Amino acid sequence: MSEMSVSVSAPSVHPGSQPLPEAPAKVTARNLNFYYGDHHALKNINLALGTNRVTAFIGPSGCGKSTLLRIFNRMYDLYPGQRADGQLLLDHTNILDPKLDLNLLRARVGMVFQKPTPFPMTIYENIAFGIRLYEKISKSEMDDRVEKALRGGALWNEVKDKLNASGLSLSGGQQQRLCIARTVAVRPEVILFDEPCSALDPISTAKVEELIQELSENYTIAIVTHNMQQAARVSDKTAFMYLGELIEFDDTSKIFTSPSDRRTQDYITGRFG
Amino acid sequence: MGSEHTVKAFDSDLQELTRLVAEMGGIAERMIVDSVDALIRRDVALGQRVVATDVELDALQKRIEERAVLTIARRQPMAVDLREIVGAMRVATDLERIGDLAKNMGKRVAALETDFHPLKLFRGLEHMTDLVQQQVKSVLDAYAAHDLPAAMAVWKGDEEVDAICTSLFRELLTYMMEDPRNISFCIHLMFCAKNIERIGDHATNIAETVFYMIEGQAITDKRPKGDMTTFATTVPNT
Repeated sequence: MSEMSVSVSAPSVHPGSQPLPEAPAKVTARNLNFYYGDHHALKNINLALGTNRVTAFIGPSGCGKSTLLRIFNRMYDLYPGQRADGQLLLDHTNILDPKLDLNLLRARVGMVFQKPTPFPMTIYENIAFGIRLYEKISKSEMDDRVEKALRGGALWNEVKDKLNASGLSLSGGQQQRLCIARTVAVRPEVILFDEPCSALDPISTAKVEELIQELSENYTIAIVTHNMQQAARVSDKTAFMYLGELIEFDDTSKIFTSPSDRRTQDYITGRFG
Repeated sequence: MGSEHTVKAFDSDLQELTRLVAEMGGIAERMIVDSVDALIRRDVALGQRVVATDVELDALQKRIEERAVLTIARRQPMAVDLREIVGAMRVATDLERIGDLAKNMGKRVAALETDFHPLKLFRGLEHMTDLVQQQVKSVLDAYAAHDLPAAMAVWKGDEEVDAICTSLFRELLTYMMEDPRNISFCIHLMFCAKNIERIGDHATNIAETVFYMIEGQAITDKRPKGDMTTFATTVPNT
């Protein structure tokens, strides 16, 4: 198909929808490489997460999208033999700086995982625990922060009468929203979602997606998902990754209606491999 | 088009859509030719057959829409697949309109009961029909083969049809001025010429759809037009 388009005296065209105005970059990767021991897992990644925008990362298993997400908050530091080089900036902070205070970094860059991981404590404590790590505040202030966080996680109405119940007593979807509330509670700037809905039923998924949309008003969001429709629904920008390389990075509306790269097209239309 | 889907049934869904559009295209082409034939030979029975065939075309369009909606619901198509399905729906809509226009001409055959038979006029109409039918055929072939250059040739080739239509209008106007008894006949013919010209426009619509399906973008260039509707200001010399 691509050969054909070359041979035509192309009439002028306009994209299917208006391109999004560029947001100032919150996180910027320049020539970012990542290694699991000898394995070169990410190759020369260059991209920017726009401030208060949702960026989705898609690609087949093993393409490096989760790896990339884990660099954004230095999660990889927990494992020996893993290293990153190149440049990765959060505003003007060098994320890869070995002297960086990781606790502070992770307060600025929160993460929500594939499986809900509430702490084995009360709903209230699940939220308060994180806040206490960073701030000393009074009981009434804490009550206020917990309520705000739970509202931010779209969970308040469901749990306000049982704040002292165990976090583990909640349903899977509620647990995931509790984890999102816990992330929001420490007032991060960036939130990373690694397959946040893969263990949830459709209604819970819809609630989390709705929540992601709301959160994008105040936070910069990166989401890794295997669900293409989910990426199309929630994100402003989409990055397609394959074999450790960033193949295409563009407006979501463009990626899912007329991607530029053949590999992107084959992947999103289910023709891969 | 490219390699196959991992889910084979998706490929057959898309192929079935393309096949249905091709079937519709065949019927619509036939209707154009038959309606003008009926007009020129004053064959009322053939005209009625054209009218009857339109029901078939409408049913096919409905089937295409249903299948397209079902495929969207079932497969959540993306990118080129999504454009393929949207394209099939659009082309089906254009073909349905072409059928309506041919049907309208078929209906007019019965109304043309007069001895007045200006050969030159009919020849013009025939020539215009040949051109338009060729346009429809080429664009449907381009649709089936995803042939962008062929579709663009149709998109740019509508000029001549417009020009013939304008000259036919002018001629009809003189016949009407010559003898008011010709007016009814000439007006019917005028509508027929306009219908054929409209069919040509639908062919260019389909060409635009083919462009969208392949390029993922809409054309914004202005299409060349041969329509000089200034004849409408012609004032009879009294």
